[in-house]
Amino acid sequence: MKALFYPGCSMQKNARPYLDSLLAIREDIDLELQEIEDWNCCGATEYMSVHRVAAHSLVGRNLALAQDQARDTDVLTAGCSACYLNLAKTDAQMREDARLKVTVNAALAAGGLEYKPGSMKVRHLLDLVCHDIGYEAVKARVVKPLHGLKVAAYYGCQVVRPDYDGHWDNHEHPTSMDKLLAALGAEPVDWALKTQCCGGHMTVIGPDVAFGLIRRLIHGAQEAGADLVVTLCPMCQLNLDAYQVEMNKHFHTDYRVPVLYFTQLMGMAFGKTAKDLGIGKEFVAAAPALAKIQAEAPKVAETKRKRRPKPGDALPMPGME
Amino acid sequence: MTDATFEPVIIGFTCNWCSYRAADLAGTARIKYPPNVRLIRVMCSGRIDPTFVLKALSEGADGVLIAGCHPGECHYLEQNYKALRRHRLLQKTLAQFGIEPARVRLTWASAAEGALFAEEIAAMVDEVKALGPLNWPARPVPVATAPAEIPVLGEVAA
Amino acid sequence: MAKQNKPERDGQERIGVYVCHCGTNIAGVVDVESVAKFAAEDLKDRGVVLARDYTFMCSVAGQELIEQDIHEQQLTRVVVAACSPHLHEKTFRGVCERSGVNPYLSEMASIREHVAWVHTDKAAATAKAKAIVSGTVERVLKNDPLEAIKVPIDAQTLVVGGGIAGIQAALEVAEAGYEVVLVEREASLGGHMAQFDKTFPTLDCAACILTPKMAAAGSHPKIHLFTWSEVEKVEGYVGNYTVTVKKKPRYVDEDICTGCGICVEKCPILVVDDKFEAGIGYRKAIYWPFAQAVPNLPVLDTETCTYYVGGKGGCKACEKFCPTVPNSIKFDQKAERVTLRVGNIILATGWDLFDARRIPQYGYGRLANVFTNLELERMCNAAGPTGGKVVMRDGQSAPKRVAIIHCVGSRDRNYNRHCSAICCMQSLKLAHLVKERTGAEVYNFYIDIRTPGKEYDEFYQRVLDDGVHFVRGKVAEVTDIPFDPAEASRNGSGALYVQVEDTLAGLQRRVPVDMVVLSAGLEPRRDSSEVGKTFGIACSTSGWFIEKHAKMDPIATMTEGVFIAGCAAGPKDIPASVSQGSAAAARVLNYIRQGELALEPVRASVLAEQCSGCRICNGLCPFNAISFIEERKVTEINAALCQGCGTCVAACPAGAIQGTGFSNEQLFAQIEGLLRDFSREPEVV
Repeated sequence: MKALFYPGCSMQKNARPYLDSLLAIREDIDLELQEIEDWNCCGATEYMSVHRVAAHSLVGRNLALAQDQARDTDVLTAGCSACYLNLAKTDAQMREDARLKVTVNAALAAGGLEYKPGSMKVRHLLDLVCHDIGYEAVKARVVKPLHGLKVAAYYGCQVVRPDYDGHWDNHEHPTSMDKLLAALGAEPVDWALKTQCCGGHMTVIGPDVAFGLIRRLIHGAQEAGADLVVTLCPMCQLNLDAYQVEMNKHFHTDYRVPVLYFTQLMGMAFGKTAKDLGIGKEFVAAAPALAKIQAEAPKVAETKRKRRPKPGDALPMPGME
Repeated sequence: MTDATFEPVIIGFTCNWCSYRAADLAGTARIKYPPNVRLIRVMCSGRIDPTFVLKALSEGADGVLIAGCHPGECHYLEQNYKALRRHRLLQKTLAQFGIEPARVRLTWASAAEGALFAEEIAAMVDEVKALGPLNWPARPVPVATAPAEIPVLGEVAA
Repeated sequence: MAKQNKPERDGQERIGVYVCHCGTNIAGVVDVESVAKFAAEDLKDRGVVLARDYTFMCSVAGQELIEQDIHEQQLTRVVVAACSPHLHEKTFRGVCERSGVNPYLSEMASIREHVAWVHTDKAAATAKAKAIVSGTVERVLKNDPLEAIKVPIDAQTLVVGGGIAGIQAALEVAEAGYEVVLVEREASLGGHMAQFDKTFPTLDCAACILTPKMAAAGSHPKIHLFTWSEVEKVEGYVGNYTVTVKKKPRYVDEDICTGCGICVEKCPILVVDDKFEAGIGYRKAIYWPFAQAVPNLPVLDTETCTYYVGGKGGCKACEKFCPTVPNSIKFDQKAERVTLRVGNIILATGWDLFDARRIPQYGYGRLANVFTNLELERMCNAAGPTGGKVVMRDGQSAPKRVAIIHCVGSRDRNYNRHCSAICCMQSLKLAHLVKERTGAEVYNFYIDIRTPGKEYDEFYQRVLDDGVHFVRGKVAEVTDIPFDPAEASRNGSGALYVQVEDTLAGLQRRVPVDMVVLSAGLEPRRDSSEVGKTFGIACSTSGWFIEKHAKMDPIATMTEGVFIAGCAAGPKDIPASVSQGSAAAARVLNYIRQGELALEPVRASVLAEQCSGCRICNGLCPFNAISFIEERKVTEINAALCQGCGTCVAACPAGAIQGTGFSNEQLFAQIEGLLRDFSREPEVV
């Protein structure tokens, strides 16, 4: 599978482990990434609200570069959710809004570029791994299954909605990363906060709100029995990891739930070293959680025989099949 | 070559339940459209034999409009799909006679869509005007087949 | 019978053309005199012997004009150029019939809706009107003198579905003195209405008003009841259907069983009842759906009965304790098929509840205290699993704060666009009942409050007076995860939080409650399209059966002889379902009383000598009117089933299928006539 790759600013700096681990595993999953030459910042979440046309032009430049540099592929992928969403949004809105398209292309023309909306298919990295590369292909490369490790798959808010180019996972209760982690041998826990906000830049603008959101997520993951949280967005990882300490101070709590990227877990399962994958650079150390990985798959609990209901019993729950 | 004063004549086949009623509605609502189309009522767009189209073109019509119920709403359940299939094949065949696909147009119009029907007629008259008279006996060479527009079906409930 | 004017032997037709002014509607744009003159002179060689223009052809005077001409001028065919045939085709056909001309030898040319009202260029309009008259004259020359097709009507009626609409229809027909076969898929009559507690707005107990009708239907001498049965196959056509009903095995002999209920009492196997009890109650492996079941015959569930599961043939408690001699329990009972002849069919198959598990953010199925409206009905019902007590999932504690969420799965692009018509009223009713029984704080989260029926809005006011809280906003999420420890300690560990935008106050709200009730919407039955195919009718894209006309004929379908009633055609409340049941019955009784039905003679027929047996047409008919006769290797079309669409006529490569009323000859002639003024000289290229 070949794709144009947009790393984005975060992946190069504070989310360096995300990039390192992605580069470490790409050969294993046969993912050829062609980094866009001379890409620029995507504007993150703020710029769109400040100046819509300029923001779209900023993103449009990346799309135009990708379009021009693409060889044998029309897929453009990004690992950071905000970068992904911005790229997808600009492409979709240039397709629907003829005036925006003209304006953005006029801006790009100043740099000798033009983007034909629809010529690149913008996909998130997780979507590519799960649906194009496939769970079976990933499972086949696992040499050290992550048995015994309970993980909370945290998607964050930007990756599953809005889905400009098609529904690649449920908006409210996505499961693709859970299935991926299961393919690695880990045990994804069932928790309800998968797509709840991590606070975004509120850590800077309104820290109290952010800490409340971060606490809820960390607490929820812990309540659900997770050993660590697995994420796919540098912003989420930053908030949940780097700000976990601040959050603890704020609430006088002592949570210690490490937060890693899914690519790091994939690397671990593929047998790479922690150093290769950037593990150890996180604020809340992941090593204690990772030590829980066992050689043997955990035993599946025997399903107890249902006893006959008696008066005074609870009402039956609806089946979920 | 286009004659500046050329007024095409187009034969329109409309189905009794939807498109004919759409034409009636356009009338009741006094929506104006060009007088170039002469309508024939059939019970269903599925009734349209391709030979009717050929007959109309050979008798002097410059274009033929076929109008039926929207897919999924055919009074006879699914016969408009058959009209759709025939139309596609007919356009390909006509292209080999040198007849432009735009001259034989398929459209859907429900009984409530009087305005839409009028617009379709106006659009078709403009298109055929631009193409010029059919001049049936003198068509010499095949033309490329442009794919006919397949109407997009409405949303289907999950 | 009036003397029919026969066409002259030597083919000389005598056509009268009448051009209507319609006041100034037509005459204001089209030069009607010139059109009449054109017909009289230019079309003389086509058989037009006279042409008139007159102010209002549809008036008595106008009609008499035609009648007089028919008598005095021996007209054989009539063309009226006026308004749309949808308005007056029958009028002028009637004139012809009264005067002795076959009604199908008259045609209308629409020069009002299609010319005068839509064009401004008078010259062009007049030219077009002339062309249309010319086309219609050519066409009418090829018309055949058709006779309406008469089919006899069998007096027995089939009603499919034993809910309130089906029961009503069956009773109406039976009371009129005719036989009815009532087929119900479940083990008892009653449908969804039997599950409800109270009905809005009167708060009548559903069972109290339903069971008398169920009992009447069950015991009526003219109603033949088949419960635990399904219609497998329908063949034939209006007035003459042959229906195969499959009686699923109950494993209980219905002739011997007295309905004493000992088998149910003694059965040791308790399973969750996810049909009647909506999944919050239990039943035995041998059971009847509810206490007032009609008929009161139990049915055995082989998937949970010990005798069948594991194949060891154990237990047999029901057989052991059955007091009848011979024993009523028949473990090896097989399905039975019954063939019936009926004249008309009424489909009243009802609805299914929207599956609330499809909305993960409402937590149904995951969060213990999230319920559906149907589960609440069972809870409130005195004969239900909690004896009428509103309790939480633990089966004991009463909730102190209850949220009711409207429009779950309805009015939603992601699930169903339609409004389910009854859930606002049902939500109000549940709010009232919950408050009455528990004293809890009740919050209704709505988009709009839809209370259109009689006394409905008054009921809404009453619920407002009860002190129920109303929040206008679509609920974003129901969650059990508190926002922060402070919220958790304020509300306790089991609390649910309803996150909603209060659009009237312009605020986000997080409302802590103990229990959430989702007003899940009504959906078409999951197998509605298969059922539709069995009976030869269509479902719309949303899955409800399609009526003949949404406004003017909501009971009939496109298929003659098949009618629909109740929610099978779309969500509606009980009074509407009952009305539709009666309406369908009335229509059926109409046919039965007449004894025969006159069908429009626009049909297709096969000229057997020309049929090569290629069978291209065989797959084209959605009404199953086309069949292949193996012995003679030719295709045959059933005139009564044929709806006259003409698709097969167009498809036949040998031209062996004739379409009466819209034949090839008629259409070719019309095309020629329409283009009479346009045969151009070919340009030299």
